[in-house]
Amino acid sequence: MRRGCSILGSDLILFGLFAAVAVMGSLAVIGQKNPIYSVLALILSFFGLSGLYVLLEAPFVAVVQIIIYAGAIMVLFLFVVMLLNVPREDAAEWDRTHPYYRPAPAVLGSALAAATLGLLAWAFSRTPGLGAGVADARPAASSVGQLGRVLFTDYMFAFEVTSILILIAMVGAVALARKREQ
Amino acid sequence: MPIGYYLALSGVLFAIGAAGVFLRRNLITLLLSVEIMLNAVNLSFVAFGRQQGSVDGQIITFFVMTVAAAEAAVGLALVIALFRHRESLNPEAFTSLKW
Repeated sequence: MRRGCSILGSDLILFGLFAAVAVMGSLAVIGQKNPIYSVLALILSFFGLSGLYVLLEAPFVAVVQIIIYAGAIMVLFLFVVMLLNVPREDAAEWDRTHPYYRPAPAVLGSALAAATLGLLAWAFSRTPGLGAGVADARPAASSVGQLGRVLFTDYMFAFEVTSILILIAMVGAVALARKREQ
Repeated sequence: MPIGYYLALSGVLFAIGAAGVFLRRNLITLLLSVEIMLNAVNLSFVAFGRQQGSVDGQIITFFVMTVAAAEAAVGLALVIALFRHRESLNPEAFTSLKW
């Protein structure tokens, strides 16, 4: 699984490809009017991210990203979108009457966003070590056995708490979505 | 691959997700934007974990995915319950608690 840094060129090309897929998919999610297309675009974006995880030598995370995220969570979203059967026009209109679209808040918000972006870029340019290769310093730790060993020793408590969290979420979802009897 | 590339991409994805939360008026798209933000953070975790040569970044990613699944389940149940009340997915329609 060790990718040599000698093939930096092909790594860069693959990174650009997967990053483009992820960014385009995410932009399509917030640009679509129809929620169905938003969900499908997000699945596309997850495939791009999965490729990036493979580039980062985390193949198990990449597989889980596809199986759990794209396969389970997004299918849940798709179910709900189709269950509600929201009409296309009402579904995602850009509400022009919203306060964000009045001139003063729009200008203020845009200025704040630009300032935040500038600050972020400034901080980014001053942070040392960003040019260091991600795979240069240490060998990859990516085998499933290694992951499982750490998960069931160091992270045992968090793992068990997670199971309680999922149980609560399950019960809560059923209780919330159930039809109320009179 | 410099780690800065991954961090920059993660920041871009997070910004897209945040913009979606602010700009969209559709509950389902709002939840999807939250998922984009969670994934952006996941990418940072895995990149840092790879740089450190440890599995901790990947394990935190699993926990984030679990929380995302729980959030999606409860959030979508809420969306269904709200839709039954108002026949709308626009957050502006739910103003009963507004003073």
